[in-house]
Amino acid sequence: MKPKNSSSQLKALVVDDDRVTRMTHEALLKKVGVESLASVENGKKAVDLHCNGQSFDLILMDKDMPVMNGVEATKQLRSMGIRDMIVGVSSSRGAENVQQFMDAGLDHFYTKPLTVDMLKAIIDKI
Amino acid sequence: MDKIHSHRQVAAIKHSLFDQGYLDEQFIQLEELQDDANPNFVEEIVTLYYRDSSRLISNLDHTLERNPLDFNKLDTLMHQFKGSSSSIGAKRVKAECTLFREYCRARNGEGCRRSFQQMKKEYATLRKKLETYFQLARQAGPLETAYRPK
Repeated sequence: MKPKNSSSQLKALVVDDDRVTRMTHEALLKKVGVESLASVENGKKAVDLHCNGQSFDLILMDKDMPVMNGVEATKQLRSMGIRDMIVGVSSSRGAENVQQFMDAGLDHFYTKPLTVDMLKAIIDKI
Repeated sequence: MDKIHSHRQVAAIKHSLFDQGYLDEQFIQLEELQDDANPNFVEEIVTLYYRDSSRLISNLDHTLERNPLDFNKLDTLMHQFKGSSSSIGAKRVKAECTLFREYCRARNGEGCRRSFQQMKKEYATLRKKLETYFQLARQAGPLETAYRPK
């Protein structure tokens, strides 16, 4: 019997406008055993998925995206009462940028690029 | 014996890509994601990178032709391109992106143009080197077949 929080039982959502990053994050998630995955290219699509009744255990949220950025998407998801773990992933390192993103409602923030070890640490916190 | 030689050649090329600073640790992270289910994962990611980033480079080219320069737009475009480049471990390309963004912040148009030209050279050089690397890697085949007893 798999443990309750086994990574294979987790459902993850990758939100990033860059296809290379989406593919890489999906592969990283599969590597750490997450079997149920979805990915979208902007914050609005992430919000729409939740409006349509979908839920996730983990959201990897990019910060800078067209249509709706990660800060705005995180704020909207939290205002909708969404309690998924939202991890901000961005190449923006500036303290102000990171704080703005955290204040939107992130659980954690990591600087890109994500690695297997970072993802294992994230999943351990779920 | 030929297969073993081919694998050594592939390893030597990869070594030199790291030694000469073309690639960084992120490329190794990508290789670790490659498995039997995704044997060509790294080549697919790199191919996708070059396909998608050509649009960004074209946008940057056009934006650099404007007068006066829109440094905010240039910075935003380069931020995007830098993120993508760092995803494949393109170390030298990433360094030029960083320099370009510093010139943007300093509102130095000439600096932007110079570093953009240099970035394009690094981008093209890396592409050629990776094409050679992947071609040889495909020819060499999986590592275990090189050592499989007859």
